[in-house]
Amino acid sequence: MSLLEINDLSKRFGGVVAVDSCSLSVPAGSITGLIGPNGSGKTTVFNLVTGFIAPDGGQVRYKARSIAGLNPDRIYGLGIGRTFQLARIFPRLTALENMLVPVRRAGLRALLSQGQWGHEKERAMEMLAFMDISQVAGTLGGALSYGQRKLLELAAVMMAGPELVLLDEPAGGVNPALLERIAERIRQLNGQGTTFLLVEHNMGFVMNLCHEVVVLHQGRAIAKGTPNEVRENPAVLDAYLGT
Amino acid sequence: MSGTPTLAIRPARATALKAFGLALLALLALLLPVVAPDPATTNMAIFTVMYVGLATSWNIMGGYTGYISLGHAAFFGFGAYSFGLMLIHFNVTPGYPPFALVPVAGLLTAVLAVGIGWIALRTRAATFVIVTIAFMFMLQLLGENLVELTGGGAGLGLPYSHDWGGDFFNIPYYYAMLALAVLALVISWWIRRSKFGLGLLAIRDDEDKALAVGVPTRGFKLTAFVISALLVGMIGAVYGYYITYLYPQFVFDPLIGISMVLMAFFGGLGTLSGPVIGALLLEPAQLEFAYRLGASKLYLVFYAAVFLIVILLLPRGIVPSVADLVRGWRRRQMGPTAGGSRKAPAASAGEEPPTPAQQGLASP
Repeated sequence: MSLLEINDLSKRFGGVVAVDSCSLSVPAGSITGLIGPNGSGKTTVFNLVTGFIAPDGGQVRYKARSIAGLNPDRIYGLGIGRTFQLARIFPRLTALENMLVPVRRAGLRALLSQGQWGHEKERAMEMLAFMDISQVAGTLGGALSYGQRKLLELAAVMMAGPELVLLDEPAGGVNPALLERIAERIRQLNGQGTTFLLVEHNMGFVMNLCHEVVVLHQGRAIAKGTPNEVRENPAVLDAYLGT
Repeated sequence: MSGTPTLAIRPARATALKAFGLALLALLALLLPVVAPDPATTNMAIFTVMYVGLATSWNIMGGYTGYISLGHAAFFGFGAYSFGLMLIHFNVTPGYPPFALVPVAGLLTAVLAVGIGWIALRTRAATFVIVTIAFMFMLQLLGENLVELTGGGAGLGLPYSHDWGGDFFNIPYYYAMLALAVLALVISWWIRRSKFGLGLLAIRDDEDKALAVGVPTRGFKLTAFVISALLVGMIGAVYGYYITYLYPQFVFDPLIGISMVLMAFFGGLGTLSGPVIGALLLEPAQLEFAYRLGASKLYLVFYAAVFLIVILLLPRGIVPSVADLVRGWRRRQMGPTAGGSRKAPAASAGEEPPTPAQQGLASP
């Protein structure tokens, strides 16, 4: 069963067609990779799904419910989390505070009271420990290394227990040892029931981690299948090599 | 979690010192009219406490969310006028009863702030600053031109108690201002420690990222804006009652709007104690300059000069800069390995050290 279903999705920026009648689906419980050459519309698809930009046409369905046009905070509330390219965290909040920012289905009382904080902080510390960064809980986000920011961003997005997480280049700019740690954590979280859709340029990472891969080219999904199937698909080679 | 070695170290001595300082300040504020009841002193105290309240209220929006409103005088003036008009139209007996209308003036101001915020918060950064100034001048113009309602440029006279005379006259106003300043501080402290407050700080750091992790940014910003305006409106009402005569250009006064911002910046934006320290230092100094240099308006030049010097030497305000100095000193005292995990980069908001209940949180 698909957790996320995208049908005929389109977005233009002036004369540029960024996403062109794109259709794809993300099976529940999977780790799905979204690959394609630079400018093929991967990040735009992310922004359309998470409500940062409104589509010009087409549908986005999450758990069979249309979510196109909803605000990003509502979409997060429904259970779709995301990370950004280049790891965006709150630089003037500590790592622990970064973990406590996410809000999901919080009523007024939860927002104004501090009663839940003990429990939330405990969870946050557990999640930081899971990512092996609990030693920086009290460090300001702006003072963390790039790798720590990547881990913190992933840890924070998991705080509200999203069912689907969109990762924008989780392997971008990190060293091989950390790369393996990130892959391992994604695999573990997936084992616990979180579905992932990830955009990535590091093919080794994608092929190693993803159950299914969708290839975008010029805003369209041109191929999908297991990593091996996609690797041998001539249309994909054409798109990448431009032949 | 407490006791985890990774969390920030906070010496109990600093907590005790802070509590002692706070108690001393509270005692001083409460006893001031008893110790120095002369009107010159209490008058200065009223304005100082007023700016403590204004800068603290402004900081709830400007400091926490980073949305710099230069038009908060709109709410100050609106609070004063709505209070004055209620006093006149409801024929309220002067004395203590009018103070009961101060919260009503605050609520009316809050309603206005919902409307202004609804529009102004569609913009960000510099545009937001300009939109807030524009609204302030619109209200000033309305005050001047709705002559039948406000008296226009001729002013609006408010009733005052003839029973209060001599040294006593200022004292009820002083305590009313003090109560509002304390209220603003309590609300600011409470917000700062809540999840709502954390959301506001997240908006200040990266609004789109906050949205991506579910923070309903529009609702949060509007709420902070309205709370801030409500407090400023109430303070404006007490001010109006105190000076007993309202003129549009003196309550919808850009200088009042800018002063509260300068004080928050001066003390430390987004910190709890920064606006208080800023107001305690700047307002008496400003009054003193105004008194010595009188009608020449030269006091404004002095005021600006002081501010420029501080901005050059302590660009992030007093509280964050001093907190950094103390942290650096403490780190040196403890040796290179025991500095704690808390590193403060140049961009840090540098708040006071966290309370024990908030270990690991940068923002008390």
